[in-house]
Amino acid sequence: MANGTIAANGKTFYEEGTTKAKTGLTAWIFSTDHKRIGLMYLSAISIFFSAAVIIALLMRLELIAPGKTIMEPQTYNSLFTLHGVIMIFLFIIPGIPAVFGNFFLPLQIGAKDVSFPRLNLLSFWIYIIGAFLVLLSLALPGGPIDTGWTFYIPYSVRSGTNISLAIFAAFVLGFSSILTGLNFITTVHRLRAPGMSWFKMPLFVWATYATAWIQIIATPVIGITILLVIIERFFGVGIFDPALGGDPILYQHLFWIYSHPAVYIMILPAMGVVSEIIPTFARRTIFGYRAIAMSSLAIAFVGYLVWAHHMFTSGISDAARIIFSLLTFIVALPSGVKVFNWVATMYKGSIDPKPPFLWVMSFIVLFSIGGLTGLVLGSLATDIHLHDTYFVVAHFHYVMFGGTGTIFFAALYYWFPKMFGRLYNTKLANIGVALFFIAFNLLYFPKFILGYMGMPRRYYDYLSEFTSLQLISTIGSWVMAIALIIVIGNIVHGIFRGPKSTSNPWGGVTLEWHTSSPPPLENFHEIPTVTHEPYDFSQLEEMKNE
Amino acid sequence: MSNNVQTIETHGNVHRDDVGAKMGMWLFLFTEVLLFGGMFLIYAVYRFQYPDQFHIAGMELSTTIGTINTIILLTSSLTVALSITALQKGNKLLSVSMLSLTLFFALFFMVNKYFEWSAKFSHGLYPGSDEMLAKQNGEILFFGLYFVMTGLHGFHVLIGIVLLSVILAFIIKDKITPNNFVKLENSGLYWHLVDLIWIFLFPLFYLIQ
Repeated sequence: MANGTIAANGKTFYEEGTTKAKTGLTAWIFSTDHKRIGLMYLSAISIFFSAAVIIALLMRLELIAPGKTIMEPQTYNSLFTLHGVIMIFLFIIPGIPAVFGNFFLPLQIGAKDVSFPRLNLLSFWIYIIGAFLVLLSLALPGGPIDTGWTFYIPYSVRSGTNISLAIFAAFVLGFSSILTGLNFITTVHRLRAPGMSWFKMPLFVWATYATAWIQIIATPVIGITILLVIIERFFGVGIFDPALGGDPILYQHLFWIYSHPAVYIMILPAMGVVSEIIPTFARRTIFGYRAIAMSSLAIAFVGYLVWAHHMFTSGISDAARIIFSLLTFIVALPSGVKVFNWVATMYKGSIDPKPPFLWVMSFIVLFSIGGLTGLVLGSLATDIHLHDTYFVVAHFHYVMFGGTGTIFFAALYYWFPKMFGRLYNTKLANIGVALFFIAFNLLYFPKFILGYMGMPRRYYDYLSEFTSLQLISTIGSWVMAIALIIVIGNIVHGIFRGPKSTSNPWGGVTLEWHTSSPPPLENFHEIPTVTHEPYDFSQLEEMKNE
Repeated sequence: MSNNVQTIETHGNVHRDDVGAKMGMWLFLFTEVLLFGGMFLIYAVYRFQYPDQFHIAGMELSTTIGTINTIILLTSSLTVALSITALQKGNKLLSVSMLSLTLFFALFFMVNKYFEWSAKFSHGLYPGSDEMLAKQNGEILFFGLYFVMTGLHGFHVLIGIVLLSVILAFIIKDKITPNNFVKLENSGLYWHLVDLIWIFLFPLFYLIQ
């Protein structure tokens, strides 16, 4: 790369901002710099994630033994709803796109910023307002919502809790998601550096691009659907209310038309991160670049056509169920394409098992278990038995927490030196991954068995025969808490006390590794010209001279 | 001249990309279409489920007011397009007057809407009223959809009024010029969308009976 040169005296984006104020809070909250916005998302998301983890720990503690342990049933109903709403709408959906997409999408395509920097800041503010409304719905009289995160009708119309406000918060958060999505699509179309053709884009960019399309196509549908629930609650127009002729199943259709594609909003960017980390630590170009890029788009497309597999027991026709079951199996194909290509990339590679790579290994195991049990749920015969049991809870946590959550940490550990210009403690990081992996299986694997034995989800109490497995799961939650403290503590310590990092500690070759760590305000000292394939490690020699 | 513009862009550190701005706007309009798409889907489902009751309920709407509002909105789409072309040709005065005319039509539309809705309310036709609850399910749904869909459309007209007023002020203050009019174009696109949605709402509620 001829012109990725680094000026030794350049200021980093921490020292030079876009606002008039040089330092202090206003230099951050009014900054239109995509890197600062990414970091602000990171801090906000960390707070919400920790809150939802604490809620989960309380629920697990309640379930340690049959009967009442520490809380009333209504409190438990509110807690599982809150855990879901916070984790889904405030952590996993914005998670990787808003934090790492914001920070690294422009860097990876060699742009100075996103297409609409002010709109980007607006998205962040809308996100914060949405989060504030969620918190407000807890505090106001009426009480925290208790419907589960799916807001199913008719209970969501009948419940006296603060449903309207919480739903409006979800609408506001969706608006933020749409604005981020259209910003990223425009950025990828308009701001790629000279020489960066579509098939020279890093795979994280491809994944984020596919995600952005899902964000703008699916989110408006849930937007209107949940607005209708609010209207239903205030005016009783009857659109979903069976008492007035409406159809609650129609609500479920519309809800899942968004919310199923939304799980791909959650997982696709994570898959993109995996496609970045594996080549870097295997020192080998990615196997099947085009197949991985196209499988992202395929998932985005087929992911639209599988929503009714959430409704196999809701009362839809057999023909519909068989078709949706078939489509569900088809959506597993592009995911399989990705996993096989990742594994093939490692074959004969020169593998350097640094912490980010270990996170990815943990992801492949957990996500494969999650994915394969998804097929069990996608088959009609088995789903009738397993629907609404702990099996679904276990599957969902394996794909979402084991998939996206794990990769959120992988991305944090991979890009940490670039974001903060420092390093974390590698040994502690390795211990963190290992403990996380053990805790994860201890916490969630018993739920597969419990679900298979017939333990329904969202229940406050259970039969005594489930006690030992519930106990193992609760112990797993404590180990998980320790693992998360190590993992997050190591990052926090690294931010303030970690040793200085070089600009390219892992030997990555995508564009973000061509600039200094942390990058300057406009990302590159010179707009780079792309001449290599994205994962062509022959550039490493040239890069040493930069 | 073009060199000059180039320098200003670099020095001001403001990134200008008209094609990108329009692409972003088209994507946004796409999300709007999907937002209303969800409603049209619900309309289709219930029309199929209760064809006769939708027919009876549809007779209550005034085709005359609907037609007048359609003509008003279509004309306002024309004037906003004329305003853009006028500015492109450098005729600021014509552009400003065409945009003001658009705003006038938009307000006119809302006034009509106000009278139409008040007439319904005075007949006791609003969600949750005793009159309404005495009707058959299909009719309740028809009116529910009618108020929600035309209400949401009306809300978009209101946003359009605010948006076009801001743009009008920008043109008057020369912040939107014949060399830099992408904001006006984008607002025009939004206004056409509001018009387009009405073109679907009008036959579905006022004409098909």
